Amino acid sequence: MTDQDYNFAYLDEQTKRMIRRAILKGLAIPGYQVPFASREMPMPYGWGTGGVQVSAAVLTPEDTFKVIDQGADDTTNAVSIRSFFQRTAGVTTTTKTSDASVIQTRHRIPEEALTEDQILVYQVPIPEPLRFLEPRESETRKMHSLEEYGLMHVKLYEDISRHGHIATSYAYPVKVEGRYVMDPSPIPKFDNPKLGDMAAIQLFGAGREQRIYALPPYTQVVSLDFEDHPFEASKADHPCGLCGAEESYLDEVIVDDAGGRMFVCSDTDYCDARQAAGYKGKDAA
Amino acid sequence: MTPLLSVQGVTKRYGAHIGCADVSFELYPGEVMGIVGESGSGKSTLLNCMAGHLTPDAGQVVFDTRADGPRDTVTMSEPERRMLSRTDWAFVHQHARDGLRMGVSAGGNVGERLMAVGERHYGDIRSKATDWLERVEIDAGRVDDRPTTFSGGMQQRLQIARNLVTGPRLVFMDEPTGGLDVSVQARLLDLLRGLVRDMGLSAIIVTHDLAVVRLLADRLMVMKSGRVVEAGLTDQVLDDPQHAYSQLLVSSVLQV
Amino acid sequence: MIELSNVSKTFTLHNQGSAVIEVISDVSFAVAPGECVALTGASGAGKSTLMRMIYGNYLTQAGAIRIGDVDLVQAEPREVIALRREVLGYVSQFLRVVPRVPTLDVVAEPLRALGVSAEASQARARALLTQLNIPVRLWSLSPTTFSGGEQQRVNIARGFSHTYPAMLLDEPTASLDATNREIVLSLIEEAKGRGAAIIGIFHDEAARDRVCDREIDVSRFTPKAAA
Repeated sequence: MTDQDYNFAYLDEQTKRMIRRAILKGLAIPGYQVPFASREMPMPYGWGTGGVQVSAAVLTPEDTFKVIDQGADDTTNAVSIRSFFQRTAGVTTTTKTSDASVIQTRHRIPEEALTEDQILVYQVPIPEPLRFLEPRESETRKMHSLEEYGLMHVKLYEDISRHGHIATSYAYPVKVEGRYVMDPSPIPKFDNPKLGDMAAIQLFGAGREQRIYALPPYTQVVSLDFEDHPFEASKADHPCGLCGAEESYLDEVIVDDAGGRMFVCSDTDYCDARQAAGYKGKDAA
Repeated sequence: MTPLLSVQGVTKRYGAHIGCADVSFELYPGEVMGIVGESGSGKSTLLNCMAGHLTPDAGQVVFDTRADGPRDTVTMSEPERRMLSRTDWAFVHQHARDGLRMGVSAGGNVGERLMAVGERHYGDIRSKATDWLERVEIDAGRVDDRPTTFSGGMQQRLQIARNLVTGPRLVFMDEPTGGLDVSVQARLLDLLRGLVRDMGLSAIIVTHDLAVVRLLADRLMVMKSGRVVEAGLTDQVLDDPQHAYSQLLVSSVLQV
Repeated sequence: MIELSNVSKTFTLHNQGSAVIEVISDVSFAVAPGECVALTGASGAGKSTLMRMIYGNYLTQAGAIRIGDVDLVQAEPREVIALRREVLGYVSQFLRVVPRVPTLDVVAEPLRALGVSAEASQARARALLTQLNIPVRLWSLSPTTFSGGEQQRVNIARGFSHTYPAMLLDEPTASLDATNREIVLSLIEEAKGRGAAIIGIFHDEAARDRVCDREIDVSRFTPKAAA
């Protein structure tokens, strides 16, 4: 049931149109950060205002909507955004990845491969991958336009010189279609290989920074690296304690005050589905 | 012989005020030219016009590029000019912190230009950076330290290493020894002389320190109110200045 | 090798009422390879001024100064620099060096500037410093702290490190003891022997008589004070 006090999906039609134009431009220039007039949303910055605006602009009444936060459907942020669109758009919601047509995510890509019928919306805190070393926005925009990306490798160089390997483990920079260097939002670098050649549309929204960027389906995305320090998608070297999955990204959970811990899939839907199908990990009750 | 840099009628105004006016000269490969004059004489404006940091209102700055021969850098596209400033040109700032990334290790600072021109082998980049640190007399063991932990003289030498690692042909220097202790200055001057000689560099040095130009520069231009009032061999201009202002400048130096 | 034709020089002191001082007028003479010519005349006659003009250190207002095939008066700065690097040596009375540079490097520098390897340049520098009795323990120190005589000898070693075809010597034997004076004179004779054209200023008359083939009295060219 839609709350009648709100326009469909909360934003007014002009705003949604403006955001859609930014999305279309972003899709036309993969990896390019398109400025947009970000609106005040009824939630604080850092809670996904960029993602929410993008979702609001792409949702239709027929859509089925899923929200994950660090892979989980049941955290505060995921629950509140899901109920927000339930109230303001009246769309069906789900926690099942394959049932969703629009998935808003914070910090993860679902384990299950997405399809051409789906849209993945990322919440982005800092869209500018060069910000770390070059604080001037005027300069970073120029660097993007002139493809001056040496600085990105300086960041990786610093990692290796300090840690002996590339220690950046999330928000790992990528190059899109051989042109724009892009921040994939703080997803673990384990998820980086899924960015490229994905069937679904990927949209990135940064509310506070007022930027939207996008990857159309089947885009080439390459993680930056050095010849002698190639990119590696790493994860904790354990199987999931609940479903026994060997290939999924894991969260470490501390279970008591004696240092006891377990590793579980961060993608709760994936883990639940496997358990329902009879898979069992060593910590499963 | 083709001049490396040919400056023709360069003029830069700030509103009604003249930054520099109608400056012309040619710099040949291997030459080091000093530009002296008091604060506000236009020497830094001229340097920034030549290095592409400012766009002159009139005039040409023709640089003999490796690929295409002489090109006017004022009218070339910005990507081309920025590419030049990462490869064939170097710019040494008066304050090392303007020319360094203070949050990045010494090795990263030196390696940046290499990575900017496409080097992607960490080991190679690091060994080149280490080699350059030694060439500017910084202990190779400090390669992972940030410049914030370096002394002023070391920071300035690091800035020089960072600039020279890609083997530029023309170095712009803005008061490279300003703000350093006299003893540190001497060491830096000696280092610069050696690098200029060994790498066959051409350099343009802006300074108000006549002792620095005497030791580093082959040629000298004296500027006043945005104009070049005298130019010639460094020792000739300093020992036998012709223009009233040059005579005043030279005679105003305190004898030690 | 060195040829002056109708050379004149004035100083204009802009900051002292634009006084114009005519110091040298209408000098013409030539020095052949293997010849050593002494400039003579009372103190203030303009010997050093003339020598500095021949080195390009002072600007010449009129006439021509040819060193080999370059006219110094018309030459571009870079031509003068090349000439000084390759052809024209100058031993001044004063040592002017970058502070804190070791003596050995100071002496080797003219050869390094010519592209000679560091090893070969330093070998030559060591030989000269040994010949001029500069103790080995001083070689790694900067000459700025040396005594007057030592500085003078370092200056001479530097000036003779490259075998210049033309040389200017300003009081090369001043402040030297008999032994070192003898060594310097033999260096000059050696340079003459290999065909260098030399112009020198010597207050030391015995030295002048020994190495110089001719004398030119500079006071002849000094305009009499316009009373």
